[in-house]
Amino acid sequence: MQKSALGVYEIRQDFPVLKRKVGKNKTLVYLDNAATTQKPFSVINAIQDYYSSYNANIHRAVHQLGEEATFAYEQTREKVAKFINARSTDEIIFTRNATEAINLVSYAWGRKHVKDGQSIVITEMEHHSNIVPWQILSREKNAKLCYIGVDDRGYLRMEDYKGFLETGKVGLISLSEMSNVLGTILPLNEIIKMAHCIGIPVLVDAAQSVPHMPVDVQKTDCDFLAFSAHKMLGPTGVGILYVKRKILEEMPPFIGGGDMIKEVHKQETIYNDLPYRFEGGTPNVAGVIGFGAALDYLNRIGMDRVRDHEIDITRYTMDALADIKDVILYGPLNANERGGVISFNIADIHPHDLATIMNEHGIAIRSGHHCAQVLMERLDVAATSRASFYIYNTKEEVDIFIEALHDARRIFRV
Amino acid sequence: MSDDIYREIILDHYRNPRNKGRLPNPDVSIHDSNPLCGDEIDMHLRVEEDKIKDIKFEGRGCAISQASASMLTEMVLNKPLNLVKDLAKEDILENIGLTNLGPARIKCALLSLKVLKMSMVKYYADRDPETASKLQNETGVD
Repeated sequence: MQKSALGVYEIRQDFPVLKRKVGKNKTLVYLDNAATTQKPFSVINAIQDYYSSYNANIHRAVHQLGEEATFAYEQTREKVAKFINARSTDEIIFTRNATEAINLVSYAWGRKHVKDGQSIVITEMEHHSNIVPWQILSREKNAKLCYIGVDDRGYLRMEDYKGFLETGKVGLISLSEMSNVLGTILPLNEIIKMAHCIGIPVLVDAAQSVPHMPVDVQKTDCDFLAFSAHKMLGPTGVGILYVKRKILEEMPPFIGGGDMIKEVHKQETIYNDLPYRFEGGTPNVAGVIGFGAALDYLNRIGMDRVRDHEIDITRYTMDALADIKDVILYGPLNANERGGVISFNIADIHPHDLATIMNEHGIAIRSGHHCAQVLMERLDVAATSRASFYIYNTKEEVDIFIEALHDARRIFRV
Repeated sequence: MSDDIYREIILDHYRNPRNKGRLPNPDVSIHDSNPLCGDEIDMHLRVEEDKIKDIKFEGRGCAISQASASMLTEMVLNKPLNLVKDLAKEDILENIGLTNLGPARIKCALLSLKVLKMSMVKYYADRDPETASKLQNETGVD
């Protein structure tokens, strides 16, 4: 067994699914973490504990169970605020997922602020969740959707960005801090500083960054930040939207209904305080409580160490891949400038065929367009295979993955 | 099992597809894709006296989807068009020798059949709407 600074082998004991056998009775090698991560016992137990000992609806109940549930739910909000260094819990809104968080901004903020003839600037690397909401809004507002280009190695073309800023017509910039295909990490500080110089707000799609590296919303000074609990050990069905308080105060509500109101009369409603105004209807109480346990887990490890582990395992994998004939690697080659998401192709083996072969070795990888068809067109590929890592992945697992690649070459006679 | 799936014949049709390309004046052309995988197939047909006189396909995707399309064109060339409605998924899977595919990959194998059935319905819809709607019900094309 190799040594690990993170204590990966101890960490693995906390994840029951990692003991599973799949394919031909092979131990699971889970390399699809950019899609969703596995859950530790503490998260599973927190959800079970809520349902079995204090299940109640939150915020309005006077009885004990209601108070306990509300307390646990709001405690997660505090943990989230601390995790990304928000100034206040008022700036943290729970949604269903990162996609809904981005849609919330496009519907509530975008409809009010984006004007006819303005442009919304995104990048060629975006996930569909950071493209489609802006297409819908652009159409409605007669705005233009502009794409900052990506160079052949997956870096952002900053000259494109400067060019868009110079038009003086930009209403919003929305970009992913870490590409879910290429792993590229954007120079966010620089990007946001440039935007703010001319008063343009910036939304950060942090679905791939918050789970894998330290993120500080006060340091980057982003205006909106969206991410998902399930990509960082938490349950599905919980997304997080951070919005700067001064923006949030002027933002009209998104979903109308229970919980987001103070008073409802026949013809008018007085909306609730921040952030509850943006959480209409009963939220995913169990999920949010489970997410609190996930944050505790990550805090115990420390996000700096999570990042170091991923740089280490990414470098190890990329070095091994570079030694295999006919492998094409996408994205930056320097592991320090990218996340633990490795997209590649091998000879003329289609990614879906490769994923089928991998599955028999017990390896879960993703294949396809990764919800980033605009980027696929830019790279001129129909699909890629993608291996993505998290805190429980080991170099031994990478070795099994490389072994399986050789098997695929044999089966396809390349 | 991978060795059973990616047999010589599948790899051969994948790398050397039969009837691949376009037709100069097709009577019907249909495109469809599999959103899950992104596999794409276009079918072009020339029909004479209700027989498939010529058929070509274009496409990109995995070995299973492309080999399946290639083999399907060979299977139906010079056959009566309305025979297509009776083709069941089992026929296709047997034809390509893959009867053990899981639910995710079976869609790859059947995409070309779906496009062919859509082509048949479209061909009649343009010429004989009554037959077309009857065929549509019988073939189960959505």
